[in-house]
Amino acid sequence: MIGVGKIKQYSNVLDKPLSKGKQEVSLSAFAFLFSELVQYNQTQVDNIAELERRLEDAGYAVGARVLELLCHRDKGNRRETRLLGILSFVHSTVWKVLFGKVADSLEKGTEHEDEYMISEKELLVNRFISIPKDMGTFNCGAFVAGIVRGVLDSAGFPAVVTAHFVPVEGQQRPRTTILIKFAEEVLTSFSLIVTLFL
Amino acid sequence: MAPVGPRSGDAIFANVERVNAELFTLTYGATVRQLLTDLEEVEEVNKQLDQMGYNIGIRLIDEFLAKSNVTRCVDFRETAEVIAKVGFKMFLGVTATVSNWDADGTCCSIILEDNPLVDFVELPDTCQGLYYCNILSGVIRGALEMVSMKTEVTWIRDVLRGDDAYELQVKLLKQVPEEYPYKDDE
Repeated sequence: MIGVGKIKQYSNVLDKPLSKGKQEVSLSAFAFLFSELVQYNQTQVDNIAELERRLEDAGYAVGARVLELLCHRDKGNRRETRLLGILSFVHSTVWKVLFGKVADSLEKGTEHEDEYMISEKELLVNRFISIPKDMGTFNCGAFVAGIVRGVLDSAGFPAVVTAHFVPVEGQQRPRTTILIKFAEEVLTSFSLIVTLFL
Repeated sequence: MAPVGPRSGDAIFANVERVNAELFTLTYGATVRQLLTDLEEVEEVNKQLDQMGYNIGIRLIDEFLAKSNVTRCVDFRETAEVIAKVGFKMFLGVTATVSNWDADGTCCSIILEDNPLVDFVELPDTCQGLYYCNILSGVIRGALEMVSMKTEVTWIRDVLRGDDAYELQVKLLKQVPEEYPYKDDE
């Protein structure tokens, strides 16, 4: 929501110094807000696929901004240009800033060359959410999938990102896996040329 | 076990689980943006934010009472102080101040210097009527309604509109005595 060239407020928000990112709010404040977001979207859609898409879109906006913020603040305006670099950026830096810890694991898919998976035992956004049986495979982690897609897309690595529950033996709640499937052009060398213009 | 006295906002905040404020800020921004795209009318968005805040407030009050151990507030003055000092600190990590009491003690202003909802935000020309933080007014209204106080909460000052701080006016309309759902003699 940054308006270009509008000096409406007496102090331009772009002049304010960037915070160090150490401020915190309570987990319940975030959980309440997220639950309202999901509930509001439930009233706007007719089916689960649409609901997931809307949550993903909301997450996409967050992801794009997180990338800008982190690149500027933590990485001194340098962007990752390689696939593994951006994946480990998402897996460690982005996760650490947003959720307070690095993601549990980052794996390469065995069946397809262009698939990678980030797994988490319990996603922060899913902590206080239980899915009723009639919603099937719906996963509020679609919001986090959207964040990842936003980061990857803005960094020049278009991908399709989805969130899935993976049942784990011995654990009551299933693990969540964010599946990242990169677009064709990322895997060819064209990606290097495309991402060189920052 | 001796009764535990009310805890200060800082103590509670140190004990609850916390998340990065930026995740919260960006999620709130995404929510407002979705509302603006769906509803298009700024007034509608204000109302929807207030409604969402109300839904949050009616549940938030339970957590607040459970974690903060406050005793029953004697009057509205104490209520406002508790909201500003304990409530805001416990959930948003910022303290607010109370001022501008009117003669009967039913109307006051809660002033926020720091507001984690509005980091990185600037209102464009097309959204000038938007009360970006309207969710907060809904939260306060909902929470107080659950403890039998009907209030009206409005924005007096808003930094996004050019003022220097956030000022919420909380006006007590009436105290609703608690109704028991069952008759005693049945």
